[in-house]
Amino acid sequence: MNEMNEVRKPPVATTGIIGWLRINLFFNWTNSLITLFVIYCLYQFIPWILDWTIFSADFKYNYLGEQITNQEMCSRNLDPENGGACWAVIYVRFYQFIYGFYPRVEVWRVNLAYVMLAFALLPLLYAKLPYRKYFLYFTYIFPVIAYFLLNGGLGFTEVSTNKWGGLLVTLVLGCTGIALAFPIGIMLALGRRSKLPVISMMCTLFIEFIRGVPLITLLFFGMVMLPLFLPEGIDMDGLVRVLVAVTLFQSAYMAEVIRGGLQAIPPGQYEAAKSLGMSYWRMNLLIILPQAIRISIPPIVNTSIGLFKDTTLVIIVGILDLLGIGRGTLADTNWLGLSYEIYFFVSLVFFIFTFGMSRYSLYLEKKLKTGINMGAD
Amino acid sequence: MRSNLGFFSDEKFRSIFFQTLVVGLFALGLFFVISTTSYNLEKRNIATGWSFLQNPAGFDISFSPFLEFKSTDTHLKVYFVGVLNTLLVSITGCIAATILGFILGIVRLSSNWLLSRLVYIYVEFSRNVPLLLQIILWYSILIQLPRVKQSLQVLDVFYISNRGLYSPRPIFESGFSYVLIAIVLALISSFLINRWAKKRQDKTGQQFPVFSSSIGLIFIIPLILFFILGSPLSFEHPELKGFNFKGGLVIRPEFIAMFLALSIYTAAFISEIVRAGIMSVSKGQREASAAIGLKQTWIMRLIIIPQALRVIVPPLTSQYLNLTKNSSLGIAVGYADLVHGFGGISLNQTGQAIECMAIVMATYLSISLTISFFMNIYNRSIQFKEK
Repeated sequence: MNEMNEVRKPPVATTGIIGWLRINLFFNWTNSLITLFVIYCLYQFIPWILDWTIFSADFKYNYLGEQITNQEMCSRNLDPENGGACWAVIYVRFYQFIYGFYPRVEVWRVNLAYVMLAFALLPLLYAKLPYRKYFLYFTYIFPVIAYFLLNGGLGFTEVSTNKWGGLLVTLVLGCTGIALAFPIGIMLALGRRSKLPVISMMCTLFIEFIRGVPLITLLFFGMVMLPLFLPEGIDMDGLVRVLVAVTLFQSAYMAEVIRGGLQAIPPGQYEAAKSLGMSYWRMNLLIILPQAIRISIPPIVNTSIGLFKDTTLVIIVGILDLLGIGRGTLADTNWLGLSYEIYFFVSLVFFIFTFGMSRYSLYLEKKLKTGINMGAD
Repeated sequence: MRSNLGFFSDEKFRSIFFQTLVVGLFALGLFFVISTTSYNLEKRNIATGWSFLQNPAGFDISFSPFLEFKSTDTHLKVYFVGVLNTLLVSITGCIAATILGFILGIVRLSSNWLLSRLVYIYVEFSRNVPLLLQIILWYSILIQLPRVKQSLQVLDVFYISNRGLYSPRPIFESGFSYVLIAIVLALISSFLINRWAKKRQDKTGQQFPVFSSSIGLIFIIPLILFFILGSPLSFEHPELKGFNFKGGLVIRPEFIAMFLALSIYTAAFISEIVRAGIMSVSKGQREASAAIGLKQTWIMRLIIIPQALRVIVPPLTSQYLNLTKNSSLGIAVGYADLVHGFGGISLNQTGQAIECMAIVMATYLSISLTISFFMNIYNRSIQFKEK
């Protein structure tokens, strides 16, 4: 009798590491073959890539111990059999990649702006931040501070935007584009859903037009046509012209995302607000938009990722962002032929930003889902 | 009911007032822009109008597989070459991205952990790196291939070098048009057979081997005809003469780079859409079809995919639109598409920015609208039909 009552352990083959391996990697014949094949491929590929990127690579000095100042001194040029990547190019050109041609004496201003950007983003990204309200005040005035800090004025020496470059331009374009597109997108979304036929039609036409053409044509529009539209004497900066194009582009996409959020608001909310005697603007600002924006934050982050990647297009109209600096470095005779190193580095920087943003949007989606479920219970 | 605030709180009046205000401001802005623009154009001596389209272009286009292009041809022809090149890379890219995306989306759901992780890594890397960077990277890989003299030879007929992929060019002789007609007829008749077989199965439950009979119609009959007519097709092989190949069909590295980057980038997005679509089909469907004894491949083809398609098609449409718009990045590697050829070189040569950009934008808009029109029709055809 006693034996019958004993709790029997599950078979070894279905639990623990062995069980996991059996279920996930060696479930049946074909599955095992695929696993072995993949392992073989990885075995061929991983040592090679590790060797190229790390073990045989030059970071600052080549294998003779000399500091590398041009591509001829890279180990792989001195010893083609054993040399790996030549990261020295990133090391030497690091300043340009991060700041462009910003004067070295003034570079503390860019660094300060980077740090302040992090503080300005903090309350937006993390809702439970202590003293969030005060941080948000800082977020609102940050664009003004950043403008004077980076561009000059108010006692700072002026640094013309054609000296800006690299990550600085990428971040300025991305952040300004997203920040400006947000209110415009809200207005367009409200306009498209407006009961006034003229306004709704104009907003719809604008949104569909922008969404129907590639960003590059809008950049050309900003670069080539905008100066023709403006009266003489108003000379627009190249970066500003690109920013106009990027903002127009992003606001159309933002509008569609926010419209999606607006559509998800049940009509009862509108009716309740109206029955309290609220005007159109009060109703939208106090009741509808806070809810609509809350549910459309994850897709807003997703379109922002798209914009962040699309800022690379500005190199086609001659603005030197991160990728532009990379291409400029490649055109330098000192660093000819190091395209893989440079593109690898630029990809990595973009990957860190965009992957981080996409993880953040996933986290938000999860949080939002649990939030809604709790409300329903 | 009127409030005592007067006519301004009357809804009808306010609606008309605001709309007139908006239209008035818009018209004023438009008038201002048009007048300053015409002043600026006059001052800079830029011609207006469409006559420049008839002027000779004066430059060469390296890649024009459908139309012969000489530098004496007009800007209008530059436009057509550009449209064809844009369509070529978009259509081939969409097809390749769809196939790759479906395969990857299904593999991502595979029970093999290693395989699905591998696809996950691929998806994350290609989604999170800017497309422009990927295009430039592929191009820089392709132009580092061996030079023409040392070109790699594949199967004795293909040559791969940094000038592109050289392959034999098919030359169609007089009888070949009959073979083409046979193929078209076979396609139509297999479509009809498919419809007939479906109707018959609905009525009687009897199945008809649609797939094998269609294969027979489409491949075997034209093939027999081909040999009866005495193989009216020959190949012109590329030959190395001097520093370059003469003859044959050449696919330039610009096109290959665009094609690879566009399809690999978009496939990552499509695979996520496919994964979400398949996961949206409830588990009960799979279990029910397994319970009635369907084979694993049939479950996928007959039960899962048709239901998943309803979720997949709308976002797939926007991926096709994105791919088509992204094909405009060809300018970065010198692929002579609409933006590079007509919106870039022609614009710079004539200086007529407004006309060129208007044409380019209108063309993209009409391509986008056409794609969404057809995809909407397809979408409607696969949605649930309530009976």
